[in-house]
Amino acid sequence: MVSGVLLSVIKQDLAVAVQQRAELVQPIMFFVLVVTLFPIAVGPSPETLQRIGGGVVWVAAILALLMGMERLFRDEFNDGTLEHYRFSPCPFYLIVSAKVITHWFVQIMPLLLVSPILVLFLNMTASMYWALILTLVFGTPLVSFVGAIGVALTLSLNRGGVLLALLLLPIFIPLLIFATSAIDSASMNLAYHPQIAIIAAMMLCAVALCPIAITYSLKVSQN
Amino acid sequence: MSILSAQKISCEKSDRTLFSDLNLELNESSLVHIKGDNGAGKTSLLRILVGLSHAQSGSVFINKVDVHKDQNIASEALIYIGHKLGLSSVLSAIENLHFWASQQAIEISTEEILAVLDVLELTGLEDVPVKHLSAGQQRKVALAKLWLKPLSSLWVLDEPFTALDVHMIACIEHKISEFVNQGGAVVMTSHQPLNLSCNTSVMNLEYQW
Repeated sequence: MVSGVLLSVIKQDLAVAVQQRAELVQPIMFFVLVVTLFPIAVGPSPETLQRIGGGVVWVAAILALLMGMERLFRDEFNDGTLEHYRFSPCPFYLIVSAKVITHWFVQIMPLLLVSPILVLFLNMTASMYWALILTLVFGTPLVSFVGAIGVALTLSLNRGGVLLALLLLPIFIPLLIFATSAIDSASMNLAYHPQIAIIAAMMLCAVALCPIAITYSLKVSQN
Repeated sequence: MSILSAQKISCEKSDRTLFSDLNLELNESSLVHIKGDNGAGKTSLLRILVGLSHAQSGSVFINKVDVHKDQNIASEALIYIGHKLGLSSVLSAIENLHFWASQQAIEISTEEILAVLDVLELTGLEDVPVKHLSAGQQRKVALAKLWLKPLSSLWVLDEPFTALDVHMIACIEHKISEFVNQGGAVVMTSHQPLNLSCNTSVMNLEYQW
């Protein structure tokens, strides 16, 4: 029964996402544009680009993720679907987790898929590229789950977008430090497993604990 | 048997007490019509009764289960239709109802949903995204839920007749009477006089300064 409910939540989110394709593309376009502008603005010197590459991709990715984050609960909060999830026999925190994971697939996976093209712009080496992909794979679920707490808290405010960014950006600084340091190590052909391990650990903690906080914040917003 | 029981609930909104120490007992085959001026706290009361909002004090039980502790179990027999209709505007009526049913763990076929939409005179509109329907038609899609959860014993309806035409109001009133006469319990708010053929009591919420 629980899995049936979760499956239908995921299906509904996918159906809505298909209808809102245009909105989904915005963060990806933003990501691609920001990364494309850097080589033009900084100058096409391969060494400079290689040095700043990892940082540029990650900063652009976090900003793009925050742009797309608001979509997570906004429409369902406004039309009341979110209220109806609370009357489901399935625990609310499982439904919320299913929604965050679906959101990651429709909103964030595309960023991972376009990243190889951007690597060409920034003259990254193969090992830097793998480090980048690994940090994104382990880091972006962290952004999703922690970001969802912020989204849930600012739901009942109109235009919570700026507040959301102010709340969340400082929280992502540790992630940014470890991610860029992993890419740095990769550029010098050093081992970057420790950084990846730390990011993965943070991600697992977030996946385990954030649903509780998201559920509680949603209840506060609906009160 | 008591289906809904609220004991000594109080509600405060932005430093104004809406109601305090309010008791409400609802047995099988009965309907409570909550009346009150705008801002008297009708919607707040209903949201507390279904467990969406927390009361400042007091507790609410549906079928002897505390709604604030075990909301999943308490709402098994509940249908709540509030101001927000709970319909995704980009999906069609039939998709919305399908998703709602599976989220409530109700097994239902497309034919059954079509039959209900037919009763509500929405034939031909089942594939149109809900945002292209009129306010009354959207309300009717939401009210279709009343037909789709046969195991429910409590309906909490917040202004169900908003935007409906006279003919449709009569149809919904008939459905409500039928449900109450079969042993259901209903709490509803409405500014219109009700024309029901069932056991009805009225509760007045005074606007408090």
